[in-house]
Amino acid sequence: MFRKRISYFALAAVALCVFIVVVVMTIMNGLVDDFKQKNHSFAGDCVVQSESLVGFAYYEDFVEILDKENFIAAVSPVIKSYALVSLAGSSRNSGVEITGIDPVRHSSATGFGKSLYYHKNNTSKTFEPDYEPNLPGCVLGIDLVLTRNAKGQYNQREFILQKALVVSCFPLTAKGALSKAGTGLVNTKTFYYSDNSRSALASADNSVIYLPFEQAQLLCGMAGLTKRANAIHIKFKSNVKLEDGCEKVAVLWDKFKKAQQGQKQATLLDAVSVKSWKDSRRSFIAAMEKEQTMLTIMFALVGITTVFIVFVVFYMITSHKSKDIGILKSVGVSVGGIVNLFSNFAILVGLLGSALGSFAGWLFLLKINSIEDWLFEHFQFQLWDRTIYAIGSIPNQIEVDLLAVIISSAILACLIGAVLPGWQAAKRKPVEILQVSQL
Amino acid sequence: MNKENFILQATELYKTYHLGKANVDVLEGVDLAINKGEFIAIVGASGSGKSTLLHILGTLDKPDKGEVRFAGQNLAKLKMRKLNKFRNKTIGFVFQFYHLLDELTVLENVLIPAMAQKSVFGWLFSRKTAKNRAKELLNQMGLADRIGHKPYQLSGGERQRVAIARALMNGPELLLADEPTGNLDSETGNGILKVFETLNKAGQTIVMVTHDERIAQRAGRIITLVDGKISI
Repeated sequence: MFRKRISYFALAAVALCVFIVVVVMTIMNGLVDDFKQKNHSFAGDCVVQSESLVGFAYYEDFVEILDKENFIAAVSPVIKSYALVSLAGSSRNSGVEITGIDPVRHSSATGFGKSLYYHKNNTSKTFEPDYEPNLPGCVLGIDLVLTRNAKGQYNQREFILQKALVVSCFPLTAKGALSKAGTGLVNTKTFYYSDNSRSALASADNSVIYLPFEQAQLLCGMAGLTKRANAIHIKFKSNVKLEDGCEKVAVLWDKFKKAQQGQKQATLLDAVSVKSWKDSRRSFIAAMEKEQTMLTIMFALVGITTVFIVFVVFYMITSHKSKDIGILKSVGVSVGGIVNLFSNFAILVGLLGSALGSFAGWLFLLKINSIEDWLFEHFQFQLWDRTIYAIGSIPNQIEVDLLAVIISSAILACLIGAVLPGWQAAKRKPVEILQVSQL
Repeated sequence: MNKENFILQATELYKTYHLGKANVDVLEGVDLAINKGEFIAIVGASGSGKSTLLHILGTLDKPDKGEVRFAGQNLAKLKMRKLNKFRNKTIGFVFQFYHLLDELTVLENVLIPAMAQKSVFGWLFSRKTAKNRAKELLNQMGLADRIGHKPYQLSGGERQRVAIARALMNGPELLLADEPTGNLDSETGNGILKVFETLNKAGQTIVMVTHDERIAQRAGRIITLVDGKISI
């Protein structure tokens, strides 16, 4: 059958479909995995967090409990709130999210330390501006201070620029009301730019300012006799499964919550939940996962199209080959034998088409970043505008599992497309076919 | 005729074709017995049912009524799988229009019946023997130098000789030929008939359908079909 030119169209159709699916699924899965990894790095493994900006009390006691657990590698309490920020002497304010952290603890529990530029290897000095270490420092999300060039790179300076930022926060009482503090209802403090953080998550890099934990606590009205925090980020030891670790933390939390019953601010603990990083970052990841699902559905349709193409090609082959089928039956080839012949041919088309498509896909993915660079240099074309999207290079690592699924699906598609017309042709009486062929 | 020597026996064969609302009775009670080693010509006018009879004898078609026995075995009782095997081992067909596979070489065409009943592994083991047999047959047919050619590179007579070699590949007990010279000029047709005569002399049983009385004269026995019945 391979001596018929039409067979090569079937081969080309399968190869093309496999090529498209391999390339697009690899890129999309790579982007989703990369995005998930960045979110994981941003949050740690597990987050004990309050749904309210008021936060929750007695966190220090719970941190102490967690520190003693041998399945936990690191714990970092976090203050989270919103504030207005302006350059000292400027009247232009921007709304930002402030995150109060202990940089050493937070770097152990999350990927925060690796996201820094100047203090990557010395996180204890994160909030000490190089130009005046005694001043209170702050870390800015990278997109708040630097812009990306067309290749997605930031123009980092060798030395840090002196910048004073005025941060104004609206402190809340334990009951959630605005507390009268500082200048009326607003707490204001000046911080000095000490580093920038690049999480590669647009939502964080263009809106988050990291402040020293105690300073942030004061600004948000969470200091005082009963201190409060908004979240505790936890990193498990490497041998602990995410689900198991989160379950253990949830058990510890329930026990802790019961033990705090009757305390003055115990009601704040009701708004606290224990979530894995996946659930904690669900609102960010869900959109990407949705896109991934939609893409999978689209490629299922591509698969159906492949079945249809193969079906049409085989239908044409069997139409052209009905005389041959008659001849084969006249020499004693059974219906099963003829269906087998078509099935084997379909498997061969599927295998060869998949091999060709996979090889072409692999080659294309291997060169995709060079191709994009070339397109950008000559035509200013980028698949993703790096000034907008926080993407480095285009993901091009083919997953073996995914490849196996694609190849199996392609072969199955060929089989489905081939067996029906093959069986229909084989069922015909040889005498009918041969008599028609004689006319 | 000695009943013991019958290789094939057809009894009371009836066949009707349904063409729309019209029924065409093609065979109307045909009785036929063929001895081992006979060369029989079935003659008749166009539409007399001779090809239909040949197809039924060769199990390519089934009668509406009546039975065909081969070496005493009722072929109607064979299941499809056994019938295919029977056709492959016992019957060889030669058609008017050769019916060779265009994409295959002469040698590959001749090998088809040997491949048909073999599994992939079975074929791997028996391929060499089959190739030798096919080459020997092609040599007998005077086509030794044509084994790598495609059918379209051959003349009509050569194609028909390839078809005969294919029919003989599995050493069939019965060779059925449907107008084997119908598409050839008289000289080439004569060559084909000589091949049949040689085969018959070597003991091959042959049943040939033809509309040409002169060709039929070359056979040992002539059976004439008139309106679906054997004319005595």
